[in-house]
Amino acid sequence: MKTIYLDNNATTRTDDEVLDAMRPYFSDLYGNPSSMHAFGGQVAHAVARAREQVAALIHCSPSEIFFTSCGTESDNTAIHSTLEAYPERRHIVTTRVEHPAVRVTCRHFQSRHGYRLSELPVDSQGRLSLDLLEQTVDDDTAIVSIMHANNETGVVFPIERIAQIVKSHGGVFHTDAVQTAGKIPIDLRRTPIDLMSISGHKIHAPKGIGVLYVRHGTHLPPFIMGGHQEQGKRAGTENVPHIVGLGKACELALRHLDEENTRVRALRDRLREGLMARCMDPYINGDPDSCLPNTLNISFEFVEGEAILLHMDAFGIAASSGSACTSGALEPSHVLRAMGVPFTRAHGSIRFSLSRYTTQDEIDYVIEKTPPIIEKLRRMSPFGRKPEMSTKT
Amino acid sequence: MWDYTDTVKDHFRNPRNVGEIENPDCVGEVGSLACGDALKLTIRLGEGERIADAKFLTFGCASAIASSSALTEIVKGMTLAEAEKVTNQDIADYLGELPEQKMHCSVMGREALEAAIRNYRTGSTEKVGLEGRVVCTCFGVTETEIERVVRENDLSEIEQVTNYCKAGGGCGACRSEIQKIVDRVRGASEQPRTAPRPARMTNIQKIKLIEETIDREIRPSLVKDGGDIELIDVEGDRVLVSPRGTCSTCPASPITLKDLVEAKLREFVSEELRVEEVKA
Ligand SMILES: Cc1ncc(COP(=O)(O)O)c(C=O)c1O
Repeated sequence: MKTIYLDNNATTRTDDEVLDAMRPYFSDLYGNPSSMHAFGGQVAHAVARAREQVAALIHCSPSEIFFTSCGTESDNTAIHSTLEAYPERRHIVTTRVEHPAVRVTCRHFQSRHGYRLSELPVDSQGRLSLDLLEQTVDDDTAIVSIMHANNETGVVFPIERIAQIVKSHGGVFHTDAVQTAGKIPIDLRRTPIDLMSISGHKIHAPKGIGVLYVRHGTHLPPFIMGGHQEQGKRAGTENVPHIVGLGKACELALRHLDEENTRVRALRDRLREGLMARCMDPYINGDPDSCLPNTLNISFEFVEGEAILLHMDAFGIAASSGSACTSGALEPSHVLRAMGVPFTRAHGSIRFSLSRYTTQDEIDYVIEKTPPIIEKLRRMSPFGRKPEMSTKT
Repeated sequence: MWDYTDTVKDHFRNPRNVGEIENPDCVGEVGSLACGDALKLTIRLGEGERIADAKFLTFGCASAIASSSALTEIVKGMTLAEAEKVTNQDIADYLGELPEQKMHCSVMGREALEAAIRNYRTGSTEKVGLEGRVVCTCFGVTETEIERVVRENDLSEIEQVTNYCKAGGGCGACRSEIQKIVDRVRGASEQPRTAPRPARMTNIQKIKLIEETIDREIRPSLVKDGGDIELIDVEGDRVLVSPRGTCSTCPASPITLKDLVEAKLREFVSEELRVEEVKA
């Protein structure tokens, strides 16, 4: 059976061109970029070129790009190293909807190292209050870590204005751009972001490669100690094939950026309208006015997400859910709960995330197959039958 | 992805006995939307209290649906006396196996069956889980229920208790209490905690105690999810409360909020109290 893959916020297919670019660096070109001989030197050139390709996507200098092992490492490093750099500042600001890579790290510093932690709330559409941010950031704030876009809902935060607010207080601003790099334009010449995380496997490079962008002049102690690689900040012989792959993926992402915001966005809108029109009691989770072009988070009231996913799976449709049951947790997603989405809806939330590989046929197939699944589960649900409940929200 | 057995998948994809029997002899309802799963079991009895038909409606994940389907297949043809002996393990065995974290689905099945039988015997429609003191406020699980899953499934860890009945799976504030229950059931000496409660109260004392109980036992778990509750008035034994935040918009609130608040207030203040929700 053909897989209709609509879970691209979880991970993406490695682009064939990316794989082709990587292949020689496993076999013929296996040299160490630090070596003195030409055999290693040509590999160093490939790494340098990849750094330029990444820099071009986000409009920064190649020397501001540090390769890491994943988005999670980049997030951890940004927080750890900044706190180490400014030991006298004892306050961390983040949001209630961050990815665990940021959330758990911040909470660790709160519970283990006595930092003051402010987790900013979001409203029912997942939006932050900039006024509240302004009131929360103070001269004691070491780092503000606020994601660019949310992986579950696709809600995009206004990081230009957030960055300005943070910089007016002198703290370091880190943003997790794992879900935005390559999906929406990022221009670091115009936005005073100090640190930014990117992950390869969300943009059609392989898993296990990431980037931490560090703006020139940002004080950041070494995060993995050892040799001189990555300007001595992140030691360890470079993961050359993956670095080359990520470079290529960034080049392709830049080329496809328009398509992402036109064709992919139109397909996502088609999916949204199709499901809204045909399914019982659908709700959009998030902010339709500020959302990633590829993401749709939709809830079907009175049915449970895992059951929906498993029925879709039988048709080859791959998506994900904020329902508790899919993760083994008992409570639904922290993001939806932070938004105050009622449990009834949170349990029945489904995230569809598209990519440039998604076709209109696939979207139409999902629009055709999903409504009967919801109906079938509703008929089975003790709540789904009560008409007075379905109108009450 | 969960590793479900073929039997679980089959009962999920082709559930047996879906629906609701008209004019049933027994009805058992457990769970709630807020908890993420709920089951309504209806039974028609034949001669000699033999179960002639059983149907279910379930809101929940694949294993909740499969457990409900299995339950109806197991009990059909049994006498009520036989059905009374069905355990959650019987349901899990029927399905081959359930992932450890999904065992609470089999427990929900057993609870619904018990509620249905009790409904037949006593006419009671109260939800099973609500007898006894509520330990886990996030999921409304009582001491009695926890003791029972520990005993029947020979559990020794808090995580197991969470897997079997969800208790402790929310804010986690009750975890140490769960540990005490586990220790006690497993033979360690420990007296059951009894709630401190004054013998006679003036009205002022009563209101104060109600407020304290709401603050200490109820509000924290609501606030965590963006909800809240406000005490509007106390008239004799009628306690008027109004849900706030997400609680006021959650369609599940008529089921859970009142039950939760009432259970807590009865435990800590007075058995006589009745909670009513009012729109403020
Ligand atoms: C917003 C966000 N941050 C961080 C990560 C972690 O990235 P990685 O899987 O490369 O560690 C992810 C992906 O799961 C993500 O969606």
